[in-house]
Amino acid sequence: MAFDKQEAKSVLFSPIFNNNPIALQVLGICSALAVTSKLETALVMSLALTSVIALSNLLISLIRNQIPSSIRIIVQMTIIASLVILVDQLLKAYAYEVSKQLSVFVGLIITNCIVMGRAEAYAMKNGPFMSFLDGLGNGLGYSVLLIVVGIIRELLGTGELLGYTILPSTANGGWYETNGMLVLPASSFFIIGFLIWALRVWKKDQVEDKE
Amino acid sequence: MEHYLSLFIRSVFVENMALAFLLGMCTFLAVSKKVQTSIGLGIAVIIVQTITVPVNNLIVHYLLADGALAWAGFPEADLSFLGLIVYIGVIAALVQILEMTLDKFFPALYQSLGIFLPLITVNCAIMGGSLFMVERDYNFPESVVFGLGSGFGWALAIAALAGIREKMKYSDVPDGLRGLGITFVTVGLMAIGFMSFSGIKL
Repeated sequence: MAFDKQEAKSVLFSPIFNNNPIALQVLGICSALAVTSKLETALVMSLALTSVIALSNLLISLIRNQIPSSIRIIVQMTIIASLVILVDQLLKAYAYEVSKQLSVFVGLIITNCIVMGRAEAYAMKNGPFMSFLDGLGNGLGYSVLLIVVGIIRELLGTGELLGYTILPSTANGGWYETNGMLVLPASSFFIIGFLIWALRVWKKDQVEDKE
Repeated sequence: MEHYLSLFIRSVFVENMALAFLLGMCTFLAVSKKVQTSIGLGIAVIIVQTITVPVNNLIVHYLLADGALAWAGFPEADLSFLGLIVYIGVIAALVQILEMTLDKFFPALYQSLGIFLPLITVNCAIMGGSLFMVERDYNFPESVVFGLGSGFGWALAIAALAGIREKMKYSDVPDGLRGLGITFVTVGLMAIGFMSFSGIKL
């Protein structure tokens, strides 16, 4: 397998800003919205998703020439579901509190369209190493957005980050008036909406055409 | 009866799959450009959800849960760790069967719903419905009502969003916000609107 450093770099980094899975490809939004009310859950979710997507891309790419195309979706699903079960059991064993907070959303990584989408679009056509990098890159693109939203929501919503007080809130005798709306699930829509706006003002070519 | 009615209303409005739990967002945002198509997808979701949640409920109670295999002589067995892989398998298989049945017996319906059925396998609202059913430990009749209600709630939400987006064609949205961005903001406003239901206790 020929290894091209330039290409590897672009495969790894282009999903972060140029081709962000959430902001441009509209994939994997469900979990992005629901788990970002705290930075801690956002971090765990990013880690879980990135490892699942990188490993599933690697495994699917390794057996891509053996999979008959008529049953490829089922094979992909089975691989992804097994990986998600692993992650789920690991979280239950070592981070029980967080796994309780994430509730059904770890299981929903299976139906997260980023994982399926990358398996179908990239891993079925490329070598194992590049597929692994592609999975890692898309996982990172997802994580960046998740972590930014998580920071905004937890910092401005409660004045804390990872449980440490950053902005002392009025309820605890400080000066910061907490913005209760940011704790609600609906606020993540606004934040992601405006992040997309900001990203598209910066990268003009992502602007959608008029209908 | 009253218990089931309240569960239905709760799963349609108060715990709306799309706007309160933010599930099924990928298709929710991608297929909501026209009212007609989104109603078609909504109906397909209602059908699949009403079938898969009860079927998964039976599987959990008779095969997977701790001690559920007692009837087969394995009272010690606990297969609940296999849950995720089984639910997705059931969903994928049922969608496939539904597609073939529609194709054979209701070709007209298949023509209008056909393209949406494969999309539903990866719709998180369907998977989420089954996972919530397990987490909240619904019994069989409850799972039927919950499946119907949550599917109906999702369909209602996507039809409403499509209606708004059709009207939005005529408004002058800033360049960078056009398309996906403004849709996010719209859905956020809708979610806040649906939150007003959460005060209702039945």
